[in-house]
Amino acid sequence: MSKIHVTTTVNGDTVEFLADPRETLLDCLRDRLGLTGSKEGCGTGDCGACSVMLDGRLVSSCLVLGVEAEGKTVDTIEGMARGDDLHPLQRKFIEHAALQCGFCTPGILVAAKALLDQNPDPSESEVRYWLAGNLCRCTGYDKIVNAVMDAAAEMRGAA
Amino acid sequence: MAKDEFNTEFKLVGTRPNRPDGLDKVTGRARYGADMTMPGMLWGAVVRSPHAHARIKKIDASKALALEGVKAVVTRADFPTGLTGEDWNLQENSMAGDVALYDGHAVAAVAATSALLAQDAAALIEVEYELLPHVIDVDDAIKPDAPAIRPGSADHSVPEGFPPNVVRYIDYGHGDLDAGFAAADLVMEKTYLTEATHQGYIEPQACVGQLGADGKGEMWVCTQGHWFIRQMCSAVLGLEVAQLRVTASEIGGGFGGKTMVFMEPLSLALSKKAGGRPVKLVMNRAEVLRATGPTASASMDVKIGMTKDGKMTAGKAVFRMQGGAFPGAPVDSALDCAFANYDMPAVYHEGFDVLANRPKAAAYRAPGSPMAAFAVESLVDEMCRELGLDPVEVRLKNAAREGTKASYGPTYNKIGLVETLEAVKAHPNYAVPLGPNQGRGVASGFWFNYNGDTAVSMAIAEDGTAQVSVGTPDIGGSRASLAMMVGETLGVPYEHVRVNVVETGALGINEPTHGSRATFATGKAAVIATEQAIAEMCRRAAVEWDIDPDAVEWIDGAAQPAGPNAGKFPPMKIGEIAGKMSTTGGPIAGHYEGFPDGVGVSFGTHVVDVEVDPETGHTKILRYLVAQDAGRAIHPAYVEGQFQGGAVQGIGWALNEEYVYGEDGRLQNATFLDYRVPVASDLPKIDTVIVEVPNPGHPYGVRGVGETGIAPPLPAIANAVAAATGQRLRHLPMTPVKVLAAIQAGQDG
Repeated sequence: MSKIHVTTTVNGDTVEFLADPRETLLDCLRDRLGLTGSKEGCGTGDCGACSVMLDGRLVSSCLVLGVEAEGKTVDTIEGMARGDDLHPLQRKFIEHAALQCGFCTPGILVAAKALLDQNPDPSESEVRYWLAGNLCRCTGYDKIVNAVMDAAAEMRGAA
Repeated sequence: MAKDEFNTEFKLVGTRPNRPDGLDKVTGRARYGADMTMPGMLWGAVVRSPHAHARIKKIDASKALALEGVKAVVTRADFPTGLTGEDWNLQENSMAGDVALYDGHAVAAVAATSALLAQDAAALIEVEYELLPHVIDVDDAIKPDAPAIRPGSADHSVPEGFPPNVVRYIDYGHGDLDAGFAAADLVMEKTYLTEATHQGYIEPQACVGQLGADGKGEMWVCTQGHWFIRQMCSAVLGLEVAQLRVTASEIGGGFGGKTMVFMEPLSLALSKKAGGRPVKLVMNRAEVLRATGPTASASMDVKIGMTKDGKMTAGKAVFRMQGGAFPGAPVDSALDCAFANYDMPAVYHEGFDVLANRPKAAAYRAPGSPMAAFAVESLVDEMCRELGLDPVEVRLKNAAREGTKASYGPTYNKIGLVETLEAVKAHPNYAVPLGPNQGRGVASGFWFNYNGDTAVSMAIAEDGTAQVSVGTPDIGGSRASLAMMVGETLGVPYEHVRVNVVETGALGINEPTHGSRATFATGKAAVIATEQAIAEMCRRAAVEWDIDPDAVEWIDGAAQPAGPNAGKFPPMKIGEIAGKMSTTGGPIAGHYEGFPDGVGVSFGTHVVDVEVDPETGHTKILRYLVAQDAGRAIHPAYVEGQFQGGAVQGIGWALNEEYVYGEDGRLQNATFLDYRVPVASDLPKIDTVIVEVPNPGHPYGVRGVGETGIAPPLPAIANAVAAATGQRLRHLPMTPVKVLAAIQAGQDG
């Protein structure tokens, strides 16, 4: 099967790759572009480990075809920090011990940033429901929720 | 500042620094199993049996091999023969021989130049099966007329005439059971059932394996223990163990499920057949659920005698567990845990390890303990209700203490069960008033903890910083706890210590990060290795000062004369000693190889409040409290994390999670949509109390905290549901359907 040429913007850079029409955006990020920060935990959109932003919308990149990224903008965990400056969510996840194995962490950070971008002052309940599509098997979510709430407070200048 | 029982002050132990691998893990840089590619690498895919039990008549790979880019196909014919014991079990589980033993059992594997091509090729491999009768449920599998799954698998413990699928039999106890029951005012006996659950780590198994015609190989793999992977792959493939070099990737959760091989040997077999090119194999979620380590399912009879004032007089536990088509259900540890919380004059245990047409069970966090806790702690609660007694007071009255002869044999030294019970009694959660349809449940749990083969090497760098080479992969912050203990011992800042998880070629054998052992065993080994390096640094200072090495002591990261008689010299700091080590005798290092003794067991007590919707049967967790004896918490945030994570896995086991099989013996719910683990919105905060009764067998008092926490949730929630509804659920999971049926029928379920 012949491959399709795709031009897209990933974390601000214009990139090109050849995609098999059956490959997911997650496959292309990981195997064509070497951006392995997005993880595959299920391949069926149930775990959220592959969460990325596609034209500003939170998506499971395992449910998007690579060729669908043509002409779009993709933001992944690799683009979350600005140089050495971590996003407050990244810092708070480390400070609160909100990760154990760390495998679900990139997807949860991308999803949590999407929440705070549209709701800077979420309640604990809103955080829990927003992240209900991101499975974590290690932490019981307690410290993840704390880290998101604390990051939100800091970003609002309330911390 | 933390202090121990001798009033020692710690600088690092008990603080909460950022973990050393945190930056890599929040930026996506950390490399997990599937993140590795190698030059010339091929991709593999596995063909799996769609049948629960079937004879493999023929495998035809000609169409697959005809595809351009397909480089190798392997079947069992490519593996050595003549293996015995657990080696044979592992080989048989890695790749079916004459018979496929469960839905998802590997029957062939293929390597090709792309992942999609490998999957296409796998779909073209034709397998002809002859269906055989199958059995799934443990109580069906133990019947005398059940289909015999693997005749000849029973070990010497099984008496003549037992049913064909019983492969191991256990019975033991102590005290006069009849006298114990006779002394009781109430004797109750009930049967409890738990279903198989999966560890549910979010990272599927993944590896890149390479094996040449010269018998030398390498592997990159996500695992809890790469020496185990090396030994098991070598056994399955007939390799010399030291010729295989295994590097552990970062690991995306394990919980016991990544302590043995599944498809790892297939990548090596494919690589060898493809001329030594590396072969990457990554499982998808359905493969993980169908073919990797679920835990056992259990059918358990428990009988307890109790006086009317709550003294337990005797206990009997009869457990039947299936661990898939291979021996190894954790019946032994389940029985050992059953009455471990209690000081009882008479106990008797009987266990049956039973084969069924399911995947080979792997360890899952405190293997066996959650099932045992569900049965025993539920029955204790039922008896407390019958006698009108407080469940915490009854547990205190019977609690095992220092000097108690444990139900499983040894005599306890210092333990902290009573302290966890006192902690929950004193916690505000225990006093919150409850509303309609709400109930509170209490239960305790136990895990042995473990030491295991341990090798650690530490060395001082030229600038006085320290490196520690360990063999236990960091699953939940162990690099942090190890760096803290080494920094504390060495008297240097935490940031000056780098902990590296090194490959198998770099150290003697290490058991995996299992048994709650990393901070205990690797930690103790690292401290001993550090003390060796300190002794050498003291010696170097003594030589320079021309005094006796015994007259030098190590304080705050520097060698100092021990008292005025030793001489007057300013402290010689670690950086100064390190800077000139090349001219004072060469490298400064320390190491440990052994089996660290002094394991300390860990008890925990949980309190949960639930609300049950009488119209739907749905159980909502309102609040949850974990109190557990950590011995000492090196990094309290990661100790809390272990408590919280264990509790939530237990909540899933209690309420949602189960393997669902169809009449055809196929797994019906092999996705995360249908095998539903707890999500953030299911849960409240998980409150924690870290009880610290230091373990005298560890330099900083560590017991190990990973496993105990998964046991109490199963019975605690069942006890809370009983309090809320008046109905006792004795079969997990307590799904809304089951709870609603019990409420509507006004009967226990």
